[in-house]
Amino acid sequence: MIELITQHPFAAALLALVSLGLVFGALLGFASVKFKTEGDPIADQVEALLPQTQCGQCGYPGCRPYAEAIANGDDINKCPPGGEATIAALADLLGVEAKPLDAAEEAVPSVAYIREDECIGCTKCIQACPVDAILGAAKHMHTVIASECTGCDLCVEPCPVDCIEMRPIETTLQTWHWDKPQPTEDLIASDRRGNSPIEAA
Amino acid sequence: MRKIWDIHGGIHPPENKTQSLQDNIRAAGIPAQLIVPLSQHIGAPAAPIVNVGDRVLKGQMIGEAKGFVSAPVHAPSSGTVAAIEPRVIPHPSGMSAPCVVINCDGKDEWISHQGISDYRSLDKNTLVDTIRNAGIAGMGGAGFPSSVKLSGGKDKPIDTLILNGTECEPYITADDILMQERAAEIIAGAEILRHIVEPNETLIGVEDNKPEALAAMRAAAEGTGIEVVSFPTKYPSGGEKQLIQILTGKEVPSGGLPADIGIVCQNIGSARAIYRAVCHGEPLISRVTTVTGEACSTPRNYDVLIGTPVQYLLDLSHFDASRCIRLIMGGPMMGYTLQDTAVPIVKTSNCVLAPTVEELPPPPPAQACIRCGMCAEACPVSLLPQQMYWFSRAQEHDKLEEHNLDDCIECGACSYVCPSNIPLVQYYRASKAEIRQAQQDKIKAERSKERFEARQARIEREAAEKEAKRKARLEAAKAKQQSATKDGSKDDIIQAAIARSKAKKSGGADTPSQDPAQAAIARAQAARSGDAVSETAEEKTARLEKQLASTEKRLAAAQQKLQLAIDNNDDNVEAFRSGVEKTEGKLQTLRKELDAHRASQAPAPAESVSDDPAAAAIARAQAKRAGGAEAESPYAARERLTTQIASTEKRLDAAQQKHADAQAQGDANAAAFATAVEKTQAKLDKLRAELAALPAAEPEPPAEASNADDPAAQAIARALAARNANAELSEADKARNAVSSLEKRIAKTQQKLDQAQADGDDNAAILSDTLAKLQGKLDEARQALDALSQEEN
Repeated sequence: MIELITQHPFAAALLALVSLGLVFGALLGFASVKFKTEGDPIADQVEALLPQTQCGQCGYPGCRPYAEAIANGDDINKCPPGGEATIAALADLLGVEAKPLDAAEEAVPSVAYIREDECIGCTKCIQACPVDAILGAAKHMHTVIASECTGCDLCVEPCPVDCIEMRPIETTLQTWHWDKPQPTEDLIASDRRGNSPIEAA
Repeated sequence: MRKIWDIHGGIHPPENKTQSLQDNIRAAGIPAQLIVPLSQHIGAPAAPIVNVGDRVLKGQMIGEAKGFVSAPVHAPSSGTVAAIEPRVIPHPSGMSAPCVVINCDGKDEWISHQGISDYRSLDKNTLVDTIRNAGIAGMGGAGFPSSVKLSGGKDKPIDTLILNGTECEPYITADDILMQERAAEIIAGAEILRHIVEPNETLIGVEDNKPEALAAMRAAAEGTGIEVVSFPTKYPSGGEKQLIQILTGKEVPSGGLPADIGIVCQNIGSARAIYRAVCHGEPLISRVTTVTGEACSTPRNYDVLIGTPVQYLLDLSHFDASRCIRLIMGGPMMGYTLQDTAVPIVKTSNCVLAPTVEELPPPPPAQACIRCGMCAEACPVSLLPQQMYWFSRAQEHDKLEEHNLDDCIECGACSYVCPSNIPLVQYYRASKAEIRQAQQDKIKAERSKERFEARQARIEREAAEKEAKRKARLEAAKAKQQSATKDGSKDDIIQAAIARSKAKKSGGADTPSQDPAQAAIARAQAARSGDAVSETAEEKTARLEKQLASTEKRLAAAQQKLQLAIDNNDDNVEAFRSGVEKTEGKLQTLRKELDAHRASQAPAPAESVSDDPAAAAIARAQAKRAGGAEAESPYAARERLTTQIASTEKRLDAAQQKHADAQAQGDANAAAFATAVEKTQAKLDKLRAELAALPAAEPEPPAEASNADDPAAQAIARALAARNANAELSEADKARNAVSSLEKRIAKTQQKLDQAQADGDDNAAILSDTLAKLQGKLDEARQALDALSQEEN
């Protein structure tokens, strides 16, 4: 054996490499079958960060399809309901640069409201609601189950009598919270002094 | 002397307590209006149980507790309920919440109430219920319902009962003066709590900056086994968890409750309220509140009714609004600015602070964090405030949670010591809220996802079900078709006719069976599919007859309904009647139309000779379509007339029947029916005359229409008979014809006879004679036929 190696170093190296390759190849092939992951774990993680409004504002029919698109390399800045917070979380998860939101403005959390005396009971909004949050029957007034509404506004457009509006969610005593102070403390005293002549001038 | 532990950090701000301790507790009196918020505690708001305009007495419950963690509210004085509406409440948001507004009548009339003389004989649960019904909520500031604290922790024995008389925040002296003046009541309350909780030891913690209170309490607790513990003053020793640590050395676990380590902690104000509730039956309707600050010239403590507007107290203390920089509810460390002086004092309001600019200057602008670490030294919970500050600014919620932001008691010690004047505690409050919000959003997102997926699944399932049903129907139709082809049943006739007509069109020479019924069906099929240019006369007749029949049916149903409605005295009688009338009108129109159509068809001249009636019919139709109307063969005419007569007879029967029914029921339509009967009779007569007028040159009379229900079968029979009649008939065939014709006639005669017998008609005898004769003829014919068939074979 040693003789073979010393006599034919090239052949021995070749042999060793080829056999290593075969062994590891077989190992990897076995592992890929044995430890096969069902589904797309990255898409699952991305989906967990999306707000699940199912609004379709990203251009995909729901949060899951967008999560899959992101997992396949789509931009992470297409979710207006999620806003900057979601973009930051996605950037953190995927290890990419956070981009500014690809929309005019961040969607204000809102809830659909049906002006009930104008509703004609056409059920079009019920069919449009992605989370079954509208209650009603044909030729009977419909209403929104506010606690289940994601504020996706998909029901607004199909309404033939325009009796649905999106109302921003009002702050109540239970949901009120302190705001963060304005971060002025990044200035040091000399900065502030420097500002005053400019203001004076 | 008891061992005292120390807490980490803490600060020593100027106490400023002496100003408000110059005078005794003074009753604030009854303001003109009391504003009683329905939610003065942690938990579900109380539900109002009085109405606007009701007169309420002092101590009457006006809002009942909703849920376990809740507390009722009571009227603090007698008067009238002026409104139940949202009013601005003491809350940092400055928002409104539902309040019961009472216009006081000044009589201060108590509702009948009675204390429990010997509470020791009572069940603990009864006592806890009494406390709950008295609406007692933690008076130290948080407002946690006292009964919940006392009823919880049954599984864990309570080792230590602690009464909190620390009152560590600057300026506030409400508990201090209460201990000085009402020590006996506090100790009595403590005894009640001891009876309920059954602790091994009872401690009352008082900071050493309240010597008079300490002395009073110690005097009152003499011989009761309750230990009044004094310890060095330091902010924030008064925090529940801090006090527990100071007195027992035990730390409440993160996210846990004092009950988890066998401790119950109550404020001394709550203890006094419990005493008043149990021993005097008085609910919590007043409390001691400090009004202080340099903007008030007479700072002091008031025994104030819950719901008294802050403005009323300020007026009593000669408040100078021009000197006050901001009005604070609570102390300078943890209090919040009041936007409105109309807000009421609630169960948790321990202080109204009106400082001047010199006293409490606005915080200087914040500067950059220099990482000095003073905040970490001051933090009583041993957190790392400056780290949390950075994470809070960067929205790193995970890191904040890792650094135990939840354990922050928001005491403000870090902000107080910060040399850069960074309002650290505000960052933590905001971040706590953000984290809570994010958690709620996440829960909602999960639920939305669940609902979305459930909906998707449902839509898919429905689509699959629909598809399955459609397939099943398709399969069923196919199977039916196949079985029909095999059996050659009637169902397939249409298909066969289509096939045949196709074959014909494509030039296929001979059609095996030129059945007129099939042809008619084929025509009908063609007409339905829009191929036919125009309706043939026969088709029109058939259609009209069908319509007539269905209309008659509907009329009958409508009449039945009407009758039912009349019987039941239904409101809809009129509607039913008009419906019946309408249907009748339609029936008349249809009849007229049919009659007119028949009349137009009847006198058609008969000329051309055709081998086959089916072919003749087709030829006729084609001719008509071509525009040149060809004459009917005399035979065809005869046959047609016979058919018409048969059907008219049938209709006549039906009409007579109906007429009879109508007369029997005294229906208004009897007259109409009579007309119909007459008309049909006339028509029948006319048809018969026509038939008689036809040239009797035919070799054989056409077979009588059989009474078979199926018009198609009838037609087939007729057509076959006719064909046989026209063909060069063999003797045997002729004999067969004769037999069948005779059989038919016998059948018909038999039927007539039956009818006549049933009706008791005079003709019965004649008919029976005829029947006998016919029977004889039939026998002859059969014999002949038998002979012939034997010859043939």
